[in-house]
Amino acid sequence: MKVSLFITCIGDVVYSSRVGRSVVEVLERAGCEVVFPEKQTCCGQPAFNSGYHKEAKKAAKHFIRTFEHAEAVVAPSGSCAGMVKEYPHLLVDEPSWHDRARKLADKTYEFTQFLVDVLNITDIGAYFPKRVTYHTSCHMTRIMKVTEPPVKLLENVEGITFDTLPYKEQCCGFGGTFSVKMLAISEQMVDDKVKHIVDTKAEVLVGSDLGCLMNIGGRLERLGIDVEVMHIAEVLNQRQETGESVGN
Amino acid sequence: MGIKISNDSFFERVDKGIKNDFMRQAVSSAQDRLEGRKSAITEEMGDWEDWRELSEEIRQHTLENLDYYLNQFAENVAKQGGHVHFAETPEEANEYITNVAKQKNAKKILKAKSMVSEEIGMNEALEKAGCEVIESDLGEWILQLDDHDPPSHIVVPALHKNKEQIRETFHVKRGYEDTAEPERLAKFAREQLRTEFMQADIGITGCNFAVAESGAISLVTNEGNARLATTIPKTTIAVMGMERIVPTWEELDVLVTMLCRSAVGQKLTSYITGLTPSPGGEGDGPEDFHVVIIDNGRSKILGTKYQSALQCIRCAACINVCPVYRHVGGHSYGSIYPGPIGAVLTPLLEGYDDHKELPYASSLCAACTDACPVKIPLHELLIEHRKDIVEKEKLGTFTEKVMMQGFGYGTSHPSFFKMGGKQVPFLMNIVAEGKDGGGIGPGPIKLWTEIRNLPNSKGDTFRKWFKKRKGGARDGNRDDQRER
Repeated sequence: MKVSLFITCIGDVVYSSRVGRSVVEVLERAGCEVVFPEKQTCCGQPAFNSGYHKEAKKAAKHFIRTFEHAEAVVAPSGSCAGMVKEYPHLLVDEPSWHDRARKLADKTYEFTQFLVDVLNITDIGAYFPKRVTYHTSCHMTRIMKVTEPPVKLLENVEGITFDTLPYKEQCCGFGGTFSVKMLAISEQMVDDKVKHIVDTKAEVLVGSDLGCLMNIGGRLERLGIDVEVMHIAEVLNQRQETGESVGN
Repeated sequence: MGIKISNDSFFERVDKGIKNDFMRQAVSSAQDRLEGRKSAITEEMGDWEDWRELSEEIRQHTLENLDYYLNQFAENVAKQGGHVHFAETPEEANEYITNVAKQKNAKKILKAKSMVSEEIGMNEALEKAGCEVIESDLGEWILQLDDHDPPSHIVVPALHKNKEQIRETFHVKRGYEDTAEPERLAKFAREQLRTEFMQADIGITGCNFAVAESGAISLVTNEGNARLATTIPKTTIAVMGMERIVPTWEELDVLVTMLCRSAVGQKLTSYITGLTPSPGGEGDGPEDFHVVIIDNGRSKILGTKYQSALQCIRCAACINVCPVYRHVGGHSYGSIYPGPIGAVLTPLLEGYDDHKELPYASSLCAACTDACPVKIPLHELLIEHRKDIVEKEKLGTFTEKVMMQGFGYGTSHPSFFKMGGKQVPFLMNIVAEGKDGGGIGPGPIKLWTEIRNLPNSKGDTFRKWFKKRKGGARDGNRDDQRER
């Protein structure tokens, strides 16, 4: 299957190529051909959530133009994929765009959702002998309604010890611009999250949303807490032969 | 009291909330308790989603035919000898209520819990007219004794107080000397309030739902105080928001089920009262029965994109799952309606002037939307508010506007976007490595790094890596680190 990768802003520049290369390699191991439409930009979520819908529409239309001929669009972030699902609603007043948006939304997937629900893969042959816990991100759970796939994939990783995160359904306090606009509240929320992560005694926190990971990881590091933060693709890309992914 | 409960700025209130450890402990344990009970009890309903859809349908149908059902209700109340008064403003409502009190020569008025009575500042109006108003709901009574501390939750108004603080209030205000054991506190309150019940001239209640087909109001309580307030005094006044109505008992059945389970995790509360007038003292109801139906801005919401906010049945399920409410508490919202529904409703009822931060006091995690038993898309309505704030009210900051316009341009012009992307790792590394001497940098990055580090973004951007790889270096990217 030919997959058009939407790397997302954070995946493109903030984490450099660390996460993206694992996504590509795992998808290729799953038998996909990965293409990267060079003209891609942002899904428009920062503008959309801040109420700047004119600007969000510009981003959405550009996204549609860039990806509409794809067989499937995959993003390593539930929140950004969820934004694409929002396009038909955002463009409801422009019938031709609305139609194109709907078609695109139907073939846009979050990374683990694509592996499990489309490719029917729950075991990718990964090896990761560490104690991990998983952060359930809000938009992936509540907007994309993707809950099972990442857990299934992690449970099938050889050597892994998986602990459920207490209060897993509670937001980490990222929320895009919320993380800076409402800094004091965001801080309390991420501190709660950090506390629950520490309670699991996990060595690694895994997630499927780079925004959340950037928030939680940044706070863990600031507090000097030694928990590694990884995107789920990075974990799935760890194999027994090398013990680590080529990207690490 | 009115809707607005504080003159402090939003950020002052939040700061106070975050520093109040007692309150936060009380709120988080209450949230855990209420939410835990709710999930246990909704499971036994079978498909909760089906129930939510049915409830949403009932609320939407009622709102779309609101004038019809309100007229039917008013006619049916009148037929039974009761009185209905439609009040467009708080002043009109209070004038009617104080007039009834004057006619009855009432000195003492006993109140059951009612958010809409808080909304219109009814107690103050009655007190000005020379009446003594006593709150009979335990939580409300505690707050009233504690120098009119505002409610911080719409179902559990004194949620922000723990038992020791309540003991202290009872001790200072009423000479209570016993322990802070909840049973003892409750017994004391019961004794104190019982005397008041016996002396009351008028009982005032809210109204969970009016039933159009029979001209009845319904009251959902656990303490039985609303039943006493409507049976001991000969006169009852019910105040209700104009949207709080159902067509028949059948819909009431569904919504009360949803309300009790969503609000407190109970199948049913201890008392569910249906009340119609009984002039001449023939039946069970009050001899003199008044219903005041309050608009106060609601009719302006009808027919707008915010109409679904009027579906609210005031269960507080959204408040009980909100992570923001958890940390800042109810008073931070500066409104008698806190939490997600408060952040949606308050600016609709009172405008943005005093409340323009509320729609931003959410990470848009959508826990509220998922929890709502009548499917109000709360987080989407918060986004609609943000849209109106920047597009209609022009209240967005200049910097934000410029940034967003740049965003709109950049995201639709890939080469420009790529150029911007290239700057990000550079800027981030300056901040991350502390070369700036502690926090110079664009606004958001400076704020971000006040409490968090930025990830290490050294090395190629993804798109650069991908391009190189296609060029033959399929897994030879170890040089990336050195290249920068």
